[in-house]
Amino acid sequence: MSSTTAAPSATAPPKGRRRAKPPRVRMTKLQRREAIAGYLFISPWIIGFLVFTLGAMVYSLVISFSHYQLATDTARPAGLANYQALIEDPKIVTALSNTLYYAVLAVPLEVALALGLAMLLNSVRRGAGFFRTLFYLPKMTPVVATASVFLLLLNGSQGAINRGLGALGIDGPQWLLDPAWIKPSIVLMTLWGVAGTMVIFLAALQNVPRDLYEAAQLDGAGAWRRFWNVTLPLISPAVFFNVLVLTIAAFQVFDQAYLLFHRDTAQGSSDASLFYAIYLFQQAFRQFDFGFAAAMAWLLFVIILLISIVQMKVGNRFVHYESGDPR
Amino acid sequence: MSADLQAGPVQTGIAIAASDEPEERADERLGRRRPQRRRRRGPALTPWGWVGQIVRWALLLACSALFLYPFAWLLAASFKPRGEVFDNRLIPQTFQPENYVQVFSELPLFAWLGNSVLIALLAATFVTISSSLVAFGFAYFRFPGRNVLFGVVLATMMLPGAVTLVPQYLIWNQLGFVGTNVPLWGATLFGSAFYIFLQRQFFLSLPRDLFEAARLDGLNAWGQFWRIAFPLSVPSFVIVFLFEFQSSWNNLQAALIYLNAGSPEAYTVPLGIASAMTKYSPATGGQGDYQYVMVAALIVTLPMLILFAFGQRSFIEGIATTGTKG
Repeated sequence: MSSTTAAPSATAPPKGRRRAKPPRVRMTKLQRREAIAGYLFISPWIIGFLVFTLGAMVYSLVISFSHYQLATDTARPAGLANYQALIEDPKIVTALSNTLYYAVLAVPLEVALALGLAMLLNSVRRGAGFFRTLFYLPKMTPVVATASVFLLLLNGSQGAINRGLGALGIDGPQWLLDPAWIKPSIVLMTLWGVAGTMVIFLAALQNVPRDLYEAAQLDGAGAWRRFWNVTLPLISPAVFFNVLVLTIAAFQVFDQAYLLFHRDTAQGSSDASLFYAIYLFQQAFRQFDFGFAAAMAWLLFVIILLISIVQMKVGNRFVHYESGDPR
Repeated sequence: MSADLQAGPVQTGIAIAASDEPEERADERLGRRRPQRRRRRGPALTPWGWVGQIVRWALLLACSALFLYPFAWLLAASFKPRGEVFDNRLIPQTFQPENYVQVFSELPLFAWLGNSVLIALLAATFVTISSSLVAFGFAYFRFPGRNVLFGVVLATMMLPGAVTLVPQYLIWNQLGFVGTNVPLWGATLFGSAFYIFLQRQFFLSLPRDLFEAARLDGLNAWGQFWRIAFPLSVPSFVIVFLFEFQSSWNNLQAALIYLNAGSPEAYTVPLGIASAMTKYSPATGGQGDYQYVMVAALIVTLPMLILFAFGQRSFIEGIATTGTKG
């Protein structure tokens, strides 16, 4: 906009002479006013960021190097003691490997199911909107309702899932009791709400130009080649986005695990359901060991950051952006 | 997408009089018109094509049955007496609608619902207003550091919530708000990265000339926001409001951290149901009255399904926008 207002005065010096100078001065004044207005508009975010994000992160770093007492609100310097304890605590290894196991199991299954459903929806000529709505309903269901239903559905002896498997001649496992089946049962709950990911894939699939498929078909490409060479490259930004977001979410899995296995503090629960976020929560809000919990949070931050960086590096190689502009 | 973004203002020119123009354009930006454009049916179906369509429909119906089964199961279980909750019948053998009355004397469900509604309304209202202010700042004003700051906004979307969990608790504790519901909505006063991003996209789709003209007419920055941007952005407000309402309604962890130590009357519905699950669990000395948990689970789900019935398009478009432009 600045170029258009400046242009007339530059091209018509005799006429605009009187105005030639003032606009320049006014522009800078205007620019300054514009900048001030801009800062004022974004000031809520700046305050929130300084206090609840940046401030909180610095605060958490400080606490991770101290023994914090909630009752007295004092922080005794601890040096590296919390991090030392972190390395020596075998439960950290358990929690990390549980979380990693869950992420490795959940993310590919979520992506595969979401993409499969989206492609199915994209290939029917009628009724896609109707089915999309139906599939989305679980995503609207509060996790506490999902968990209370699945708690009964997954029951090893009477639950509907094992009854259904039994009807097919499969002897269902003790989903909620057998340590080997605890993570798959949480994955199952997560997959029920896969529609959020599916909707993103569906939007990406709808943006693939149809003539590309027709051209590929004329060139004799079969269904698999069309998927591999046309669909997948064109929706790769959506694949990348979903993998990134789902991985970050998987590393913080909390609600379902808490509701199914850690609600009740009196009862000990199996180590198989001890996810990282659960252990962090226990350390902070059951043991009130805030220093240790802060150190845990920083370890998680570094791990998620590293994984995200690796995913971005890999993503840069495979993700295909149309028109060269990623956004 | 970026080409479309720049072309917007140029094409519309100074068509300020046509007031529906920007709205239409904004609709387009959110993909609102895409479904219609997509309805190119392609060539007529061959017999084999019809078979393919029917097979796909059968697959979709089978998937629908799997996705809907837990709802049917929940609905049926909520009408069953204690001994039959587990029987997996989709039509209760003994029909016991009294559950829906008894649950309110068994559990302080009204108080929980009131708390949850209040918190969700406050959170959704505040975050809509604050995020749109910030988004407008990023969309319409040039100031030093704008792009860097917006990059920071986007980066905070990637920040795992666990990292700030402990310090945020300590901050609210310092302010004396632990045990109240303030921490469950307080931070929404400062905007939220995802919504800022979403609304900025929307504001950018409004023709810039509209604001230039208003400015030349002497409307100040606040007026441009309040009298022009705000009324035109109702569609994106609906998206943000619904998303935040849902996420607040769903929020278990914050309630667990900030309200768990207090009286059960101050619980939100998720925390209340979590406590009811323990209360009735035979493992902790309960009677196994899961029918009440089922009724409560149904009651907490219904508002979300109603919200979805009215705001379906907003939800799906909001999600799709994040994925394709994020």
